[in-house]
Amino acid sequence: MSEMTHNDTVAPQSALPRPTIQVVPVRGLPVVAALVVFVALSIGFNWQWGLMFNHVVGGGLWTGIDLFVGLVIGPILGRLSIPARAEFSARFMPKMVIIMPTVVMMTLATGFQVARFSGNLAASSPNHAWLIVSFCVVGVMAVIALGVLEPANIAVLFEMNKPVPNGERIGRLMRRFIFTAGVTGVMQVATLIIMTRLASR
Amino acid sequence: MPPVGWLSSGALACVVVGGILLASYAPRVAPLATATTLLVAAAALMLIAGTLLARIREFAWSTFVRVFKWALLAYVVTAGMIEFAFAHDHTRGTSLVIVTLMLVIFALSVPTTIAFTVARYADPG
Repeated sequence: MSEMTHNDTVAPQSALPRPTIQVVPVRGLPVVAALVVFVALSIGFNWQWGLMFNHVVGGGLWTGIDLFVGLVIGPILGRLSIPARAEFSARFMPKMVIIMPTVVMMTLATGFQVARFSGNLAASSPNHAWLIVSFCVVGVMAVIALGVLEPANIAVLFEMNKPVPNGERIGRLMRRFIFTAGVTGVMQVATLIIMTRLASR
Repeated sequence: MPPVGWLSSGALACVVVGGILLASYAPRVAPLATATTLLVAAAALMLIAGTLLARIREFAWSTFVRVFKWALLAYVVTAGMIEFAFAHDHTRGTSLVIVTLMLVIFALSVPTTIAFTVARYADPG
């Protein structure tokens, strides 16, 4: 049995070859395509139910998944052994690559329409200021998610597909998640407060 | 490695702020000077990122191109959806031009960041 070395690389086990990680789960793409069409039709035909469904379901999933991963999965993952962490991540992260951009697209594309139809976009609306705050909150989350989290997510998957993954590099990339989890967590809680406030006024 | 990822993320931040500005004034016309300044800043950042990227000698270009083109496909779809929403809401004239150019930068900056982050750790051979 090979021993773990003290350098940055993960020494290959002498056991079975690791299956290649599919960075983007191809089987999920038809679902994504269907949702894209659903969103486009909702916007194009001003379909109130479709807009509300996409915005509420997409936003609920975005917020719920973010908070669940940050507050529940993350701490559990941190306490697992390295092999267990790697095995979980190899299955979990490709799904995040396809799920998160999809729910974000559903939420944001229809959110503007919902705001327009509800009258909250009008400067005279009592909800207008709250709406602008929500734009800023979402903007921060979008920059963090698209500029930091997603690139790190995909880079980790590519690294894990190498014959000899660099464990230190994977750890460094994963620490971006931990660092930004606090920021996105606060943003998500702010989103919950703002959205429920908008819906109740 | 040059800070290509940070520069393209900076461009993304500029267009996000510009997009928020335009959306917050909708359906009225937003102050276009501010939006245009942000657009120009984003374009400049992308230009610098592209220049620095092109100058890298030892780089996994095949990995970069492979990741970039698939990410570009995804973000062209996303940008197209946002463009459709703005056009559907009767955004016209200079505002629509600015929104469109911002979305072009958006569609380019995210794939650049993703592809660079992946390729910088890949085998240049």
